[in-house]
Amino acid sequence: MAEIIEANSEAAVVEAIAAAAAAGRPIEIRGAGSKAGLGRPMQAGSCLAMTGLSGVTAYEPEELVLTAWAGTPLAAIEDCLTAGGQALAFEPRDLSAVLGGTGLQTLGGVVATNLSGPRRCVGGAVRDHVLGLRAVNGMGELFKAGGKVVKNVTGYDLCKVLTGSFGTLAAFTEITVKVLPAAETEETLLVLGQDAAAAVRLMSQALGSSANPSAAAWLPGPLAGRSEAAGLSGGGAATCLRLEGFGPSVEARRRALLDRLGSGSQVVLLAAEGSRRLWRQLRDLLVFVPGRPDFALWKLALRPSDAPALVERLSRLDGALPFLDWGGGLAWLGLPCGDDAQAAAVRDAMPAGGHATLVGAPAAVRASQPVFQPLPPPLAALEARLKGSFDPKGILNPGRMVATA
Amino acid sequence: MEMPIPDAGALSRRRQLIDGLRAIVPGEGVIVDEHELAAYESDGLTAYRQIPLVVVLPETALQVASILKLCHALEIKVVPRGAGTSLSGGALPLADGIVLAMGRFNRILAIDYADRTATVQPGVTNLAITNAVEARGFYYAPDPSSQIACTIGGNVAENSGGVHCLKYGMTTNNVLGVELVTIDGEILRIGGGALDAPGYDLLGAVVGSEGLLGVVTEVTVRILPKPETARALLVGFASNLAAADAVAAVIGAGIIPAGMEMMDRPAIHAAEDFVSAGYPRNVEALLIIELDGPAVEVDHLVQRIEAIVQDCGATVIKTSTSEAQRLAFWAGRKAAFPAVGRISPDYYCMDGTIPRRRLPEVLDGIAEASTRYGLRVANVFHAGDGNLHPLILYDANLPGQLEAAEAFGADILRMCVRVGGVLTGEHGVGVEKRDLMSEQFNEVDLCQQRALKTAFDPPGLLNPGKVFPLLNRCAEMGRMHVSGGALRFPELARF
Repeated sequence: MAEIIEANSEAAVVEAIAAAAAAGRPIEIRGAGSKAGLGRPMQAGSCLAMTGLSGVTAYEPEELVLTAWAGTPLAAIEDCLTAGGQALAFEPRDLSAVLGGTGLQTLGGVVATNLSGPRRCVGGAVRDHVLGLRAVNGMGELFKAGGKVVKNVTGYDLCKVLTGSFGTLAAFTEITVKVLPAAETEETLLVLGQDAAAAVRLMSQALGSSANPSAAAWLPGPLAGRSEAAGLSGGGAATCLRLEGFGPSVEARRRALLDRLGSGSQVVLLAAEGSRRLWRQLRDLLVFVPGRPDFALWKLALRPSDAPALVERLSRLDGALPFLDWGGGLAWLGLPCGDDAQAAAVRDAMPAGGHATLVGAPAAVRASQPVFQPLPPPLAALEARLKGSFDPKGILNPGRMVATA
Repeated sequence: MEMPIPDAGALSRRRQLIDGLRAIVPGEGVIVDEHELAAYESDGLTAYRQIPLVVVLPETALQVASILKLCHALEIKVVPRGAGTSLSGGALPLADGIVLAMGRFNRILAIDYADRTATVQPGVTNLAITNAVEARGFYYAPDPSSQIACTIGGNVAENSGGVHCLKYGMTTNNVLGVELVTIDGEILRIGGGALDAPGYDLLGAVVGSEGLLGVVTEVTVRILPKPETARALLVGFASNLAAADAVAAVIGAGIIPAGMEMMDRPAIHAAEDFVSAGYPRNVEALLIIELDGPAVEVDHLVQRIEAIVQDCGATVIKTSTSEAQRLAFWAGRKAAFPAVGRISPDYYCMDGTIPRRRLPEVLDGIAEASTRYGLRVANVFHAGDGNLHPLILYDANLPGQLEAAEAFGADILRMCVRVGGVLTGEHGVGVEKRDLMSEQFNEVDLCQQRALKTAFDPPGLLNPGKVFPLLNRCAEMGRMHVSGGALRFPELARF
């Protein structure tokens, strides 16, 4: 059992990592642990628990900026933003229903994993909203990156590099994010019965038009049935287009989309509450929850136009159930895990330029299969040098992203 | 401005370098004649000039890779250059380095309307991307004022912004991937195939790295559907404070306009004198607020904003009812820099960002310094995102004025940092603000950034002397230097 060090202050983070660095001792950086099962399993003798470093330190709605300690629960930040009529535009996911855990996650964990929700295809990823960080590198040095204003090009954009680094480069202590007004209203058009090819065509047309949907997903019949959305119990596939914004605008864009679809399509309209429920289910992957216990979850990133062929290839795998998000630019795949999460077959099915991440599987499988897409050697070498530039002794979350030598 | 002392060894290898470059790039792609080299001696920051050792104009990524390998082997420094429109001296040559000019990389390689991406060579201009896709109803969103000339490769290097980045983001939010050649001649593909790339976000590191990490030879950008319509409001206020409050109130009401610009009284008058845009002269501050999107949405928001600014004490409110009128509202703002150039022999343009609520005190501070230095100042301001462009008026022919203007500019940037802002919102650090970096970052912060540089460029041959303070600190401070009222690219709008 790892020794737990509770970090209640920035100084405590510095002290803990400096001590680990001096001893050359690996240390795990941990938020609420909701995504501890994401990434390769690692062995570290000590664990730095960040949840004590908590609290929103500055929130200025009119500046579009919020600053909080890294261990602040995401829920606390969302409560704060809701009160200000704002939101995190990258729609952070809560994967606790599929990965286990209590649903508690920290801002630091959200930034460390760069997992963005359905709005990512138009509104940007977590990485696009991180304005500034204070963090402690693998030498126990506190440094800052970026700033606390929405427009800044001073120096390298280390915030981007640190976002999605899974705690392998530095432990965040304080994070400043760009926040945006929450949509005044939303609704979702469900187009029923389309196969993946027709759905991707429709989603691309819609995303490329002034209908400006804020999310576009396709659910095959079996998953559509689990969504519990009105009109989806019939067992057919559903293409889901979300419209958000000011009331009159949403209404006008809905009419434009319906005109585009013509009278031959079978369309169901989900009003605000139904729309919100559906996208929460897709965001948090709840459609996979009633699945079998022997379950692996893959996140597949690709060009939207490659999605129909991918869906076709995946249909040949045993028990594979994919759905498309981001207009086809993201496929979530649930399948029977077995010994290897069918890793070779899944990665073989990926189109050129795409990549596959094993988001959920038992630890033994995540230890034996690359969780993250293996990189070509020159890129892997550059990433290793990059890791060394933050954490020369390799003590921070060793092995979480790539196996240590 | 002090640059690294030229390396005598590198200078002595010039012959060998030229022979090597000629073996890689045939014909006229290697420039060695002093008169021809002079065309590359500076970029948009004309205060600084330096004839480079050699200029090379490759056409393929393989040539770039061979050139970088050669320079690595010969220990020759490399200054990458796009159109040379940088306002921060990002492409300022080195006496002992080559300029790697990317102008021949001028082809649009692929446009994918279904996936809404365009893949282009780095020498393609920003505006050419929009021109290539607009017939199908698309455009490339970031629009730096030099967009007619600046290249997408330069935009990637500088993480360029523009008046619409409040709503649509900077370059970094609109680039999906690059092909990057490293100093050891490795050709890397970073991102480009999907919205998120595996591994660390190398793309995020490369965008905005000012040519210090690698040479970009291909860029994949997102293209967006062109907004159906756009309208603008021209709103005058009796004080800067009231205008700043109105900006906050608009954003506080949940509206993110496509652009929100502010000008103070001296800037309004200079612009009105120059282009007769129809700006009111009896106001202290003017806002231009632009909305874009479906007509129904734009009309709806125009009404809401009219009510908000009324509540904030607007003394003049005009709303565009035609495209011609919208463009007229912009004409004065877009002419602000040359308009100021008309009323003063020289001016410096600063580029700090501040938390917007600190605007009144920063403007007071600027006014106080203006009195102290005896130099006039006109302020234009990307108000929505807090990006200030104070223009300091001076006359370089009067003894001491140049130095006073420099000191004034540095004071402004220090003030930006002191109120919680940053040194540069969109122009980049370059050589211009290099020596002010330690105002914003401490030694550990800067060391961490330098460590990143070393991971990409271990020998430190790519664009040295930029972004980071030299070990021996230099007294020269940041500015955009405009001599005789003329920019280096007088045909380019700057705003």
